[in-house]
Amino acid sequence: MWVLFKREISTFFNSLIGYMVIGSFVILLGLILWVFPDFSILYSNYASMDQLFALAPMVFLFLIPAITMRMFSEEMQAGTLELLITKPIRETAIVTAKYLASLTLCLIAMCPTLLYYYSIYQLGSPKGNIDAGSVFGSYIGLILLAAGFCAIGIFTSTLSKNQIVSFLLSVALSFLFYYGFYFTSKLPIFFGKSDDLVQMFGMEYHYMALSRGLLELRNIVYFLSLSGFFLYLTFESIKSRRF
Amino acid sequence: MSVIVNQLCKSFGPQLAVDHISFQTGKGEILGFLGPNGAGKTTTMKMICGFLKPSSGDIRVGGYSVLEDPVATKSMIGYLPENNPLYKEMYVKELLWFFGKLCRVPSLQSRIDELIQMTGLENDYKKTIGSLSKGYRQRVGLCQALLHDPQVLILDEPTSGLDPNQLVEIRQLIRSIGAQKTLIFSSHIMQEVQALCNRVIIINKGKIVADESIQQLLHKSSHQRLLYVAFGVDVDENNLKKLTYVSNLEKTGQRSYKLWCHPDGDPREELFQLASRNQWSILELREEKTNIEAVFNLLTKSENHVGTV
Repeated sequence: MWVLFKREISTFFNSLIGYMVIGSFVILLGLILWVFPDFSILYSNYASMDQLFALAPMVFLFLIPAITMRMFSEEMQAGTLELLITKPIRETAIVTAKYLASLTLCLIAMCPTLLYYYSIYQLGSPKGNIDAGSVFGSYIGLILLAAGFCAIGIFTSTLSKNQIVSFLLSVALSFLFYYGFYFTSKLPIFFGKSDDLVQMFGMEYHYMALSRGLLELRNIVYFLSLSGFFLYLTFESIKSRRF
Repeated sequence: MSVIVNQLCKSFGPQLAVDHISFQTGKGEILGFLGPNGAGKTTTMKMICGFLKPSSGDIRVGGYSVLEDPVATKSMIGYLPENNPLYKEMYVKELLWFFGKLCRVPSLQSRIDELIQMTGLENDYKKTIGSLSKGYRQRVGLCQALLHDPQVLILDEPTSGLDPNQLVEIRQLIRSIGAQKTLIFSSHIMQEVQALCNRVIIINKGKIVADESIQQLLHKSSHQRLLYVAFGVDVDENNLKKLTYVSNLEKTGQRSYKLWCHPDGDPREELFQLASRNQWSILELREEKTNIEAVFNLLTKSENHVGTV
């Protein structure tokens, strides 16, 4: 499994698309958070990283599908999945390796944002005036969110040989699971406590809860079971061999 | 290592691609899978390799069931798929190293060196797969299939698209490998099968239409008489079929037919009389030499034509 994991990581960094995806992620976040006034941390006058964690899901919505789209689609298109499946390894190992590789790539893409923490720490007045606990909790939330998006992306990657179709499906499904339930809950048919219940199905609800720095078990369980569910679907999709 | 296929079926929707196929093969046998395109050769091979799940039936490789113990059977099988898919961006060495690690090959480096020497890739193993010519890519495909020293080797059209020189080399390679292993390979080139195999299975429309040794098949072909006849007018095919000694009939053109006859009789005189009775003008009548190719044609084609008569 680790051989496969390593191959995925090295293929990503051996291709132009890898650097483009991570580069655009870093540049985009950098510009929005430090240069353009609307969301700029410098203009907000608070030593906090809230802006980053509010924006990150939006960026992830496109970044992660771009990473996961090729995982199975490319191999189906080239026929190499046939080689992989006929080797003496379990199909679960193939799915797990590809999932962990895409999650690791997301984490690597996120690493440069740790510099932001250092910058804000230095810029705070007095120096170091930043709520480290909240930042830590938010990062955990972000990692769990990435885990969920990656599972969705890996699943949609098994649905089509065409990487662009996989990408679009993944964006749509991730959007549905992130914002979809929140928007649905705003429909007038949900009133009283029922809108809260609908929101709980969506990732946004749980991510926001984690972003407040409160590591509640139920939120963590939500993300883990969502990822598990989509990985199970991926496995079933590979097993059915519809490609 | 034995491969036992028992009552194997595979359907894609309403279409039955493989229809109750059964055969066995063992060590040292080179089994040729022959059939027209879309006959079910590739589907059968994919099922033996554990890529496709059979709709019904059973496959056993070395005593293990492909369905119940896929990892065990996959470790005994080396598979070269049709069109030889490989990671084009990888270097030859890198690719072999990757698949070797994946299959947990012991002392991998020496095994790779051995295979590179055997397949004559010494000058090319530092190139990317994408930059290799088709023949060399095929060799990499073979290396990949042989890496974990499998006892069963399944090659799906290993020689398609190669130039004549490469063809000879790859065939030699297959022959030398086949002596110690169980080898199943598919092709639609008759001469190749004749040159390489001990045994041939001919498949048509998902069914086995012949399962014989090459000698038997050649014997069969020499024990058939094949007549070619062309008429100047439209004729009644049913009357032609009723001729004594004619066992099968194939329409080759608007008014021309191939007649398969029993070896011990000659229907030519009777044919002439039938034609003159009905005032059918005969433009051409000749006896054709039968060969393995003609047998293949008969087994895989005549069915449709006879069916429409």
